[in-house]
Amino acid sequence: MNTQEDAHRAAYLEEARELLADLEASLLELERTPDDADLLHKIFRALHTIKGSGSMFGFDDIAAFTHDVESVFDRVRNGLLAVNGRLLDLSLRACDHIKSLLSSEDEDAATLDADGREILEGFRAFGGETAKPATEAPQAEPAAQASPAAVMRIFRLRFQPHAGMLASGNNPLHLLEDVAALGDCRLYVHVENIPPLDGLDPEACLAWWDCVIRTTSDAAALTDVFVFAEDDCELSVEVLDDGCAVNGEQVHCRLGDILVARGDITPEDLAEALSSQRRLGDILKDKGVVSNGQVASALSEQAAVRELAVKHHERAEKTSSIRVAADKLDALVDLVGELVIVQAQIRQAVEERGDPLLRSLAEHLERLGDSLRDSTLSIRMLPIGATFGKFRRLVRDLTAELGKEIELVTTGEETELDKTVIERLGDPLVHLLRNSIDHGIESPEARAAAGKPATGVIRLGAAHAGGEVVITVADDGAGLDAAAIRTRAEERGLVPPGLEMTPKELYNLIFLPGFSTAKAVTSISGRGVGMDVVKRAIETLRGVVEIDSEPGRGTTITVRLPLTLAIIDGLQVQVGAQYYVLPLASVGECLEMAREPGNGGEAGMLNMRGEVVPCLRLRDLFAIDGAPPDIEPIVVVAVDGIRVGLAVDRVIGEHQTVIKSLGPLYRDIGEFSGATIRGDGRLALILDVAALVRRAESSEIRRPATV
Amino acid sequence: MAEAASSNDNQYLTFTLERELFALDIGSVREVLELVNITRVPRTPEYIRGVINLRGRAVPVVDLKLKFGMGATERTVNTCIIIVEVALDGESTVLGALADSVQEVYEMETGQIEPAPRMGTPIRGEFIRGIGKSGEKFIIILDINKVFTSLELAGLTQSLGEVAAENGEA
Repeated sequence: MNTQEDAHRAAYLEEARELLADLEASLLELERTPDDADLLHKIFRALHTIKGSGSMFGFDDIAAFTHDVESVFDRVRNGLLAVNGRLLDLSLRACDHIKSLLSSEDEDAATLDADGREILEGFRAFGGETAKPATEAPQAEPAAQASPAAVMRIFRLRFQPHAGMLASGNNPLHLLEDVAALGDCRLYVHVENIPPLDGLDPEACLAWWDCVIRTTSDAAALTDVFVFAEDDCELSVEVLDDGCAVNGEQVHCRLGDILVARGDITPEDLAEALSSQRRLGDILKDKGVVSNGQVASALSEQAAVRELAVKHHERAEKTSSIRVAADKLDALVDLVGELVIVQAQIRQAVEERGDPLLRSLAEHLERLGDSLRDSTLSIRMLPIGATFGKFRRLVRDLTAELGKEIELVTTGEETELDKTVIERLGDPLVHLLRNSIDHGIESPEARAAAGKPATGVIRLGAAHAGGEVVITVADDGAGLDAAAIRTRAEERGLVPPGLEMTPKELYNLIFLPGFSTAKAVTSISGRGVGMDVVKRAIETLRGVVEIDSEPGRGTTITVRLPLTLAIIDGLQVQVGAQYYVLPLASVGECLEMAREPGNGGEAGMLNMRGEVVPCLRLRDLFAIDGAPPDIEPIVVVAVDGIRVGLAVDRVIGEHQTVIKSLGPLYRDIGEFSGATIRGDGRLALILDVAALVRRAESSEIRRPATV
Repeated sequence: MAEAASSNDNQYLTFTLERELFALDIGSVREVLELVNITRVPRTPEYIRGVINLRGRAVPVVDLKLKFGMGATERTVNTCIIIVEVALDGESTVLGALADSVQEVYEMETGQIEPAPRMGTPIRGEFIRGIGKSGEKFIIILDINKVFTSLELAGLTQSLGEVAAENGEA
């Protein structure tokens, strides 16, 4: 019992946190569009749910506090109070307060209480009934509101007014309107009893109605509508679907369906029999038992019930999402990873055996495995928008603190990324944004002096590009000061004086550890604070970060990330007895080069269709014994737009590669992002091509210095 | 897991490196494997021999003899990989250690174990948790966490060496 209660509380906490995130986002949105009624409703609903479920699960302090905030927004919603900055400030603080109430474990209850009271005082300044005691129990009302799961029922209502009904002051149309207000309603009017015009009594009500209605109300509520007209009409209410049936069909099971279900006849038999059968309506009409209108009415009822049932199902489908603990998902992904490995082993074994039956089975298994992998990984995909929401708050707070005017423009909130990636991306992005706000965007005065609008703009965008997600943080601030960076780099001996470097190469220096911790740089260009941390964090996600800047126009930082961390497509190669995997995304093409006798071990240059491409020999790079083959396969990879050839002994082929971490012992080995298990059970190391090339490059740069 | 450790408090797995008898607290030993194919990770210290496939996981294997300056472990019929669980950086990690041969699970009371002498031990004193005795032979009980923590530091300095050299003043 107790554990169940705990589970409920945990579920509430989680839900409340999500609602708070929504709430915060909505509040910030409201700041821009204070008149958006939908937004106000959304805010109100979020507060209401936090309050309602809070009191249900025993979070009385939260319920009480939220109640007061809710009251203020009720007034806003009803147009009694206008949205202004002060109100939003308070509301955001209230959000924070509820958050700390959620996470508090009673230890600092006193401070929290004081905080809460202060915020409520602030709200009270807006006047109104907020001052009324917060102890008013909010239970009953939310219970009614928070029951969207109430049962939907379908009723048939037959309403036959007596001819004299109009004379007693009842208007059937008003009654029907009241019925329609209770739910989704289909009306059918019967006019058979109305005589031709010459015999018509204008004061007699001769029409009658059949009504099919789908509603959460019960039969009593329907009859209540007719309470004053009871004596003037015949009324019958029947339940067609009590909402408990799994689907609408059950209510209207037909003989044919039952026979088919029992296996007594086949669907074909049924179809044949039905086609030779006359429609029931026609038969009855011929017999003169019913009129045309009655049949039409019944048919329309049938259609309405069907339509309503379908709607009902659609709705059920829409809400059919479930909450799953993240570690269960992780376990599932691990299992799929194992499956992919076994699959690779089966494939290899089958190739060796050459049995056609086994082969086709293995191929089938592979297809299934692929789709299983894709759907499993897609379960873990989340839109990045939630993270962006958090940044809005950060920008708002920092802007106020620094006396700058900054607008955050976000795009691509719906871009989906692996859950783990999103989680680990938060900190680096905060860092980048802080940098843009702190150092990128100038003060309003400086901006005005430079002829720019006083309000700076930071664009935070996410988009899919190929197998990657590209995230950009762009500001329209002062840009990087290349000269200052160069001075600083030369001072620190990172760059030989006078070395020719492109601005981009210079900008990249700020990613070096500890580059701009010195005051000098902070005051001149001021960027690069902790950029090495950002770069490292992005690299652990197997991503790359690039920087571009235009003096006076702003700085753009681009982060490219793989979609997922668990499985990649890779190209397997062999060098000596070792196997390596190159991420397929970075492989451009494969070609062969005959080794020139004179060119022993040197990594050389490759003439690729007239273009010079530097070439590295993995055998030399990794100090693997043995001689390279006479004709060396070269895998051409592209890193940061630069093409580099990698000479190997043999190119084996394309494989799905499950990435296994090498563990903390190898944490600092940059060239390998992990290992994977080959079909024969041996390990192959996965190369981090970018790090490899960078490493080779840096040793190239150093070479002339040592000679 | 914790219960198992407490009931096995005085049990040690003994193994040999060269002629010397070593021991590990049985609580940190997960299993013992025959020597399998080790995949070398290029440009890492030599005593980290590489990684093996342990039921779908990549597990690093350390050559304790190289680490202790006793020369590389040769492949013989008796060579084993002892899989241990150690705490690196506060998180528990599975590692393999090469041994010339694995002997037995040996029980020693705490009273039988003496602290390491200041000198005369075949390996550095800081890696030794204590010295036990089996008949006339000494058993060197390793402090496995210290051994592997020092590995990690060695790895770090190696790969960060260049950066540190470049940023000497930082």
